[in-house]
Amino acid sequence: MTDVVRIDNLNVTFATDGGAVKAVDGVSLRVAPGEVLAIVGESGSGKTVTAKTILGLLPETAIARGAVILSSKDGSNSNDVLAVSKQKLRQLRGTDVSMVFQEPSTALNPVFTVGWQIAEGIRSHGEFTRKQARAKAIEILGRVGIPDPESRVDYYPHQFSGGQKQRVVIAMALVLDPGLIVADEPTTALDVTVQAEILDLLRRCRDEFGTAIVLITHNMGVVADLADRVVVMYEGKIVEEALAQELFSNPQHDYTKRLLGSVPHVGHGTTRASARLAAREPDWVDQAPVVVADHLEIQYPGRLGKPGFTAVDGVSFVIRSGEVLGLVGESGSGKTTIGRAMGGLTRVTGGSLTVHGHEMNGFKERAFKKVRSDIGFVFQDPASSFNPLLTIAECVAEPLVVHGRAANPRAARKRVNELLEAVQLPRTFGDRYPHELSGGQRQRASLARALALEPSLLIADEPTSALDVSVQAKVLELFAEIQAEFGFAALFISHDLAVVDILADRIAVLYKGKLVEEGTGAEVLGAPKDPYTQRLLASLPVPDPAAQALRRGELLLLRAAG
Amino acid sequence: MTTVAVKPSVPVGGRVSKKKTSPGGGIGRYLLIRFLLIFPTIFILVSMVFWLMRTTGDPITAALGGKLPPEQLAERIQAAGYDRPIIVQYFEYLGQVFTGNFGTTISTNRPVSEVLLTYGSATAELVFYALIVAFVIGIPLGMVAAYWRDKAPDAFLRVFAILCYATPVFFAGLLLKLVFAVWLNVLPVAGRSTTGSELQLQLLPNPTGIYTIDALRTGDPAVLGDVLAHAVLPGVALGLLTAGVFLRLVRTNVIGTLGTDYVDAARSRGVNEFRLVSKHAYRPALIPIITVIGLQIALLLGGAVLTETTFEWQGLGFMLIEFIKARDFVAVQGIVALLAVIVALSNFIVDIIAALIDPRVRY
Amino acid sequence: MTTLTTEATNVPKAPLWTRLPVVHQLRQSIGLQRGMLVVGLIITGVFILTAIFAPLLAPYGYSQLRGDNGLFGAQQAPSGEHLLGTTVGGYDVLSRVIWGSQTAITVMVVAVLLSIFAGVALGLVSGYFGGWLDRVLVVICDAVYAFPALLLAIVMGIVISGGRSDLFGGILAAAISITVVFIPQYFRVIRAETVRIKAEAYVESARVLGASNGRIMFRHVLRNATRTLPLIFTLNASEALLTLAGLGFIGFGIEPSSAAEWGYDLNKSLSDVSSGIWWTSLFPGLAIVLVVLGITLVGESLNDLADPRLRSRRAPGKTAVAPITPAEIRDPAGRIDPSGIYGSLSTPRVRSDGLESTS
Repeated sequence: MTDVVRIDNLNVTFATDGGAVKAVDGVSLRVAPGEVLAIVGESGSGKTVTAKTILGLLPETAIARGAVILSSKDGSNSNDVLAVSKQKLRQLRGTDVSMVFQEPSTALNPVFTVGWQIAEGIRSHGEFTRKQARAKAIEILGRVGIPDPESRVDYYPHQFSGGQKQRVVIAMALVLDPGLIVADEPTTALDVTVQAEILDLLRRCRDEFGTAIVLITHNMGVVADLADRVVVMYEGKIVEEALAQELFSNPQHDYTKRLLGSVPHVGHGTTRASARLAAREPDWVDQAPVVVADHLEIQYPGRLGKPGFTAVDGVSFVIRSGEVLGLVGESGSGKTTIGRAMGGLTRVTGGSLTVHGHEMNGFKERAFKKVRSDIGFVFQDPASSFNPLLTIAECVAEPLVVHGRAANPRAARKRVNELLEAVQLPRTFGDRYPHELSGGQRQRASLARALALEPSLLIADEPTSALDVSVQAKVLELFAEIQAEFGFAALFISHDLAVVDILADRIAVLYKGKLVEEGTGAEVLGAPKDPYTQRLLASLPVPDPAAQALRRGELLLLRAAG
Repeated sequence: MTTVAVKPSVPVGGRVSKKKTSPGGGIGRYLLIRFLLIFPTIFILVSMVFWLMRTTGDPITAALGGKLPPEQLAERIQAAGYDRPIIVQYFEYLGQVFTGNFGTTISTNRPVSEVLLTYGSATAELVFYALIVAFVIGIPLGMVAAYWRDKAPDAFLRVFAILCYATPVFFAGLLLKLVFAVWLNVLPVAGRSTTGSELQLQLLPNPTGIYTIDALRTGDPAVLGDVLAHAVLPGVALGLLTAGVFLRLVRTNVIGTLGTDYVDAARSRGVNEFRLVSKHAYRPALIPIITVIGLQIALLLGGAVLTETTFEWQGLGFMLIEFIKARDFVAVQGIVALLAVIVALSNFIVDIIAALIDPRVRY
Repeated sequence: MTTLTTEATNVPKAPLWTRLPVVHQLRQSIGLQRGMLVVGLIITGVFILTAIFAPLLAPYGYSQLRGDNGLFGAQQAPSGEHLLGTTVGGYDVLSRVIWGSQTAITVMVVAVLLSIFAGVALGLVSGYFGGWLDRVLVVICDAVYAFPALLLAIVMGIVISGGRSDLFGGILAAAISITVVFIPQYFRVIRAETVRIKAEAYVESARVLGASNGRIMFRHVLRNATRTLPLIFTLNASEALLTLAGLGFIGFGIEPSSAAEWGYDLNKSLSDVSSGIWWTSLFPGLAIVLVVLGITLVGESLNDLADPRLRSRRAPGKTAVAPITPAEIRDPAGRIDPSGIYGSLSTPRVRSDGLESTS
């Protein structure tokens, strides 16, 4: 049977501000009909560019060489996407190959109904009346699992939830029954529980529709869950290609091994945590805790008659000195709000929250200022965590200058150098500007800034979520080492249970503003009591295809039950 | 006149956005707020004008200062009430504005509202033609420029748009006059119509003041032709200025939406390029475009003053200048107040339209 | 402690002169955008030089009516003596055009200086602190700048000098009216930028630290918010000139005995046109068009170049391959909402001249 797509020696070069960049370097691969091929790699590996080339969707600044032979679903027609005319290319798109995008909210046009958008795709490929197109749209919406498609077909995108939007995007890709779907990080922007559902849907595409899928992702768990074959890319080249099970059990290339080794597993941290607990002094439990939350409530005020939104609803927890509490939840759970409240960025509206003995409900800035020197904060987005006009040294010295430990950044340079070394950045980096550092380097510098005043409490809000897997692993390891060395208490916020497991002594799970589970890693991850935690845990894909298949079965049972 | 504004960055909520169940009351509340804002807007502008004008003294002295002996002057001032405390006059004036009473002109001794109505229709007609020119030229060309982005047609169109903006309305008018009215002699030099037609129009019962409509009502094609011929040059002069603005506006916004993910997604489904530009990219771009068009009314009104002067088009702008020369500040105040009201109202209307187009506000 | 490889990007620092604002953009641009920038800079340069060296360049004074051979005579066609002819009042057109550039540049400078500081300061404070002050200011500014600048200028003209003006009065009238209308423009843009930057992580980081508001505003917000200023600056300058010319055209211009002003000349040439005399209107008009064209070209290309989305880049293959900077950050999810209607009371809008301000 002819391959659905065959790529021969593809080379793609881009024009950027810094000159020409080779994004894809001599890549060759094939996808058989009905097969799921996963292309794995980190940022800059060239995987997205390769995928977009299959649809001929490269921007004008790109030059592509080689051959990308695309065949229709029944195998009768074959075309070289790179050589074919624009007219023909347009015809191929949607009928032979289609794409599912990463961010569902931006992949849908906000001013047209979803039905209209689906119908657009249909009517671009043949003579269909409006009625026919609409009927097809309703049908496909139903098949991807949108309830009540007859009326939902006239809804606007913003009326759907994130997961439903992604279903709509998949429906648009499927409607003309293409032989191949290219899915570019289809679940990265979704919550874990929703991700599991979308992966199910994609599997159905393969099984029921017979569509082949090229799955672009950096998430090894997703690969283990869905892929038949895997291709690993690094810096524009393919470094390894194998069947899924083979790759995970017996990786050949060094990079693959490193990649697999960087993936956090649930359960990794248990031994470490118990060791730390054992190493603490006996009366540690009785010491005054650093943070106490008691029925904490944070409500955002409503606007002009609209009711307020309760982000945090009656949450209670304790962080003792030197302890790391991992706060886990999906979006809308309130975890970031709690972190911000602890840092004095968001007001507490009910209950009590004491930080270093200072009550945050109704706090006065003047009194709190002294306490601020004892708190460090690391933010999520490395791209905006530094003032682009200041050097790294000036940024890291800021806490010292603000709290009077140094007169100006220059005077603080010695201390800045010490801090940079502590986070394993060379001293010379202090003279660089933020845009000259990579994401991982910036997060490390961010950590250095947070540690400048030797705080006894560090709040880290998803510090590694925006980083590549291997970089994330290094930053987390650094974090763990520094925490062990300096001994500060920490609140580590994340949506990823596995990441939290590496660092945390205790884990708290949040769901829609409420605390549903709390305990040590072993307790929460090993034997979760709350159904939400169980579902959360079961939805998290593990990087092992066989094990993942078992877990899928368990998840189905859980969903049926709850 | 150009205005500057910026798009806000409102990040799309969270990783999983909650299903929006906001009721249709969303749009009602929004429009109510916009409506309420009309009043402060008018209030601020009218007050500004009042206080500015009054710094030159009371209107009667300004207008008739050198012409009447002091006793008569004082008499008149007292009769008109300009000797009362200024604050009292101010509040009385505000009240009058909101009831539509703009006072009486000093130079011609007619109610200002009558002046506004008579000459306002002339300006309305001019602005109408200018808008037609602007829409017909500006918007399609803007789309063409977006389609041919960064290639020769786009370059040419961008320079054309900048030239439209850079050429003062009166200079454009002068050039048009020179070429078409003097050298080529195909179009009339000035005015709204020949005296003959004008007489005919005035003979109509209840003339609307809008010559095109009135000409249609006479049923005489010669009159209609005459009126239209007179409207061409002024309409084009004023319209070109706005066309340039529309062109750049449409171009920038459509290029902006062309770069979005959803257009890329549509492209991946095989929609052809032309349809991408004319439908998928165009409609979302309309929202900011329409809001800015509302602001263009102000530009048009300012331009109308200049155009009317150039072509002796007897509209509000032309009369405004005449009244200023005559130092008739009551009339000036009235005209400016009316213009402020028009500006505020058109902004509101435009907000309504934009809100109607954007489904996110509706549901 | 494991040794983390320092993924050092050894990018050598480019020499200082290439990093200066306009030079940097000039080198970065290619093709059409570079063409626009170059043409704009040339025209603007010529304009500025003409204004500075007007006394040397102009053959006669701006109010000179007679020369060595007696009176110039009115409405003379272009000739050897008067390269561009004479006006109805008997002045030399070429000289009036050249001297007019001085008037033009003066009004531009005054207008910009008056509005920029107030507008930026207000926008910064209003955007940073928010609350009632912010809302009130926004309503006021919305009202004011929606109003036709020319009409405001007329009113100002009356107030300042009762209509007929000398150089100082005329320039001040135009400049002040432009200021009144442009302060809201600066206010709007700076405020929007301030609001956006306030939400960035580095500002929040400074707040968590406990840095004072003043420090945050100046060190972090202001310096990053002024990125789009050059653009409005050029707009401001063009508007000032157009308004001055408009005033002159209506009859509120500067008397020829005080200075040369292009709008005034156009006003006087209005009647000439009907008799087919073209040189008295064409040249002053062209001067206005060229100056505004030049300035706007510079502004528009700077705007294009500042926005990475609009910037064109050299096609690959034409330059040597540069070292690849490792990009470890995945694309942040979430896009900019183009509508924002549900936002603050004042609906932020794209600039009415069509240029999209980057935010």
